[in-house]
Amino acid sequence: MIFINVTLKILHPMKFINQAKMYMSGMSIPSLTLPNTKATTKAEKLSTKVPHPFWVIVNKEVVDHIRSWRLVILVAIITIACAGSLITGLMHFKDSISANDPEGSFFFLKLFSASGSGLPSFVVFISFLGPLLGIGLGFDAINSEQTRGTMARVLSQPIYRDQWINAKFTGGLLVISVLFTGLTLIFMSIGILKIGIPPTPEEFLRILIFTFVTICYVGFWLNLSILFSVKFKQAATSALCTIAVWLFFTVFYGIIVNFIANATAPGQFASPDQIIRYQQFITNLMRIVPSQLYSDATTTLLMPSVRSLGPLTSEQVVGTVPSPLPLGQSLLLVWAQLTGLILATVSCFALAYYSFMRREVRSR
Amino acid sequence: MEQVIELVNLTKQYGEFKAVDNLSLSIQKGEVFGLLGPNGAGKSTTILMMLGLTEPSSGSVKVCGLDATKQPVEVKRKVGYLPEDVGFYDELSGFENLLFTARLNGQSDKLAYGKTSELLNKVGLGPHAEKKVSKYSRGMRQRLGLADVLVKDPEVIILDEPTLGIDPKGVKELLELIVRLSKEKGLTVLLSSHHLHQVQQICTRVGLFVSGKLIASGDVESLSSQLISKHPFLIEARVGGIQEEVDNDKLKEKLNLVPGVKEINLLAEGLLHIGCSMDRTSEIAQAIVASGAQLTHLSKKTYGLDDIYQRYFENTTSHEVHQSS
Repeated sequence: MIFINVTLKILHPMKFINQAKMYMSGMSIPSLTLPNTKATTKAEKLSTKVPHPFWVIVNKEVVDHIRSWRLVILVAIITIACAGSLITGLMHFKDSISANDPEGSFFFLKLFSASGSGLPSFVVFISFLGPLLGIGLGFDAINSEQTRGTMARVLSQPIYRDQWINAKFTGGLLVISVLFTGLTLIFMSIGILKIGIPPTPEEFLRILIFTFVTICYVGFWLNLSILFSVKFKQAATSALCTIAVWLFFTVFYGIIVNFIANATAPGQFASPDQIIRYQQFITNLMRIVPSQLYSDATTTLLMPSVRSLGPLTSEQVVGTVPSPLPLGQSLLLVWAQLTGLILATVSCFALAYYSFMRREVRSR
Repeated sequence: MEQVIELVNLTKQYGEFKAVDNLSLSIQKGEVFGLLGPNGAGKSTTILMMLGLTEPSSGSVKVCGLDATKQPVEVKRKVGYLPEDVGFYDELSGFENLLFTARLNGQSDKLAYGKTSELLNKVGLGPHAEKKVSKYSRGMRQRLGLADVLVKDPEVIILDEPTLGIDPKGVKELLELIVRLSKEKGLTVLLSSHHLHQVQQICTRVGLFVSGKLIASGDVESLSSQLISKHPFLIEARVGGIQEEVDNDKLKEKLNLVPGVKEINLLAEGLLHIGCSMDRTSEIAQAIVASGAQLTHLSKKTYGLDDIYQRYFENTTSHEVHQSS
């Protein structure tokens, strides 16, 4: 119930912020300074419901995130980037549709993967900026509480220790989910207004699953940064470490894989078997990177004509009908990527959970 | 008397180092107990074990009849803890910080709002309730900490170095506040400190804690007799007009005749320490004057915690030197 409440509230950001402000401070002050009738009527409105400590912390986390400049800036960057990609997508929409395209019936999805005039697509922007958002929400989750000296105080309240880290994770994930769902829906609705054609139910489902994959992907970076925030005492160290990991994966890992590919490339007269094995080896190396998993998954989801993410022999292609895959088949194709992403997210969280539970609580 | 805190053979070991060494201690309901010791004596570790925030290596901790290691949440419901150098969320006001604590303790908004404002007024922060905590002074933060501890209606409050870094006037106010509030609500207070004279003022009982061991406990007077001298009264006398060895002996002889005098030490030229079993100041004065010496100064020495403390550390340092040589 509370979950739904919070999401609904966040869908109307201004309303929520006002409500949060009232919730946290505004209402109380009159009753302190002016103990008159006005205050008592306000006090009567307060709920008598006993809150669950877990949701109390989640509530605080979400409010903290929303009030923080960090999130405002990141969201502003992401929104501007997405607006840019939407505009280019709409401008080049005519070019991306051709009469005999097998994906003809899925042209709404093109909006998400269309690029042009030097601006990358919505998907590329998210795969680049999403990690930054995840890192921004999590890198000081635990260690800032330690340096502020609030950890010992909060943990000496009657809560279980894991409730705290679970709530930190839930709060961050909630903000991410609401943000991306909202962003995708806004993106879609502007698309509908401009193109004039609504998406088919299958397209809508594909977009929803795409949003889910995005949340998992950003959730991975959130958890990685929470893990580092448990491990490192200084918020700056953990931020730098997560950003280093992110940079390594986005920039250097590709270069390293390239080196390996060049070094292990089979000769000119290698058998097709060998070449396929080599190809698969390199693709698998690339798939260690979460962003590769993400782009594999989203490409398949948003371009139904993609039938394989690896090499196909001509025997396999013979006799295929050039039609898009149904949703079930596309999902089957990216199932491994999807589970890989979720696994990475969960294992990061498990590590963070473990080291947090074993850690000694000291004041500062 | 009901025992609120009961530690039995409590030990906490970090590798080779024993932070708390076989500690047994019990604190009765309504007591204000001072845990005294230098930094690193294991006071904070003991407190953390009482709250179930750290697991003991061996031994047991019972708080309000509950095992703190196995039922930490139930214990934390009854015990308010003010950590050393407490931190608050700077971007929130004092009121909001307290509200968060109240909610974590499962209080409904209606209850929490009323209680929070009441407590803020009680600790004298009423006018500053809506100010952000980042603008609070050190003393105000500490008072907010006290309110934060009381929000959950505890049976026991544990304060770790509550007076650290506050000016003398603030310390006095804070300690008075602690005593007043604890009497008002019938609380048991455990308070750790290395500032002896502060604790001395308000504690009904103190325990001296050094390198993981409780070396003595009791009220200040019994501690002084345990640790400092064999004699309950010590009188310091300064005499003039003694030139010869004979005079000294004569003086000692005279003093020995006074009933109750147990020991006489000549510390320096004309400085005497006389240990007695009862207060014999006037008789000693008479004896000195009768012996022909000039009495220039006579005072009854009483020992405060400072002396006890210093005395103890004199012993340990000499002990350590002895060991290392």
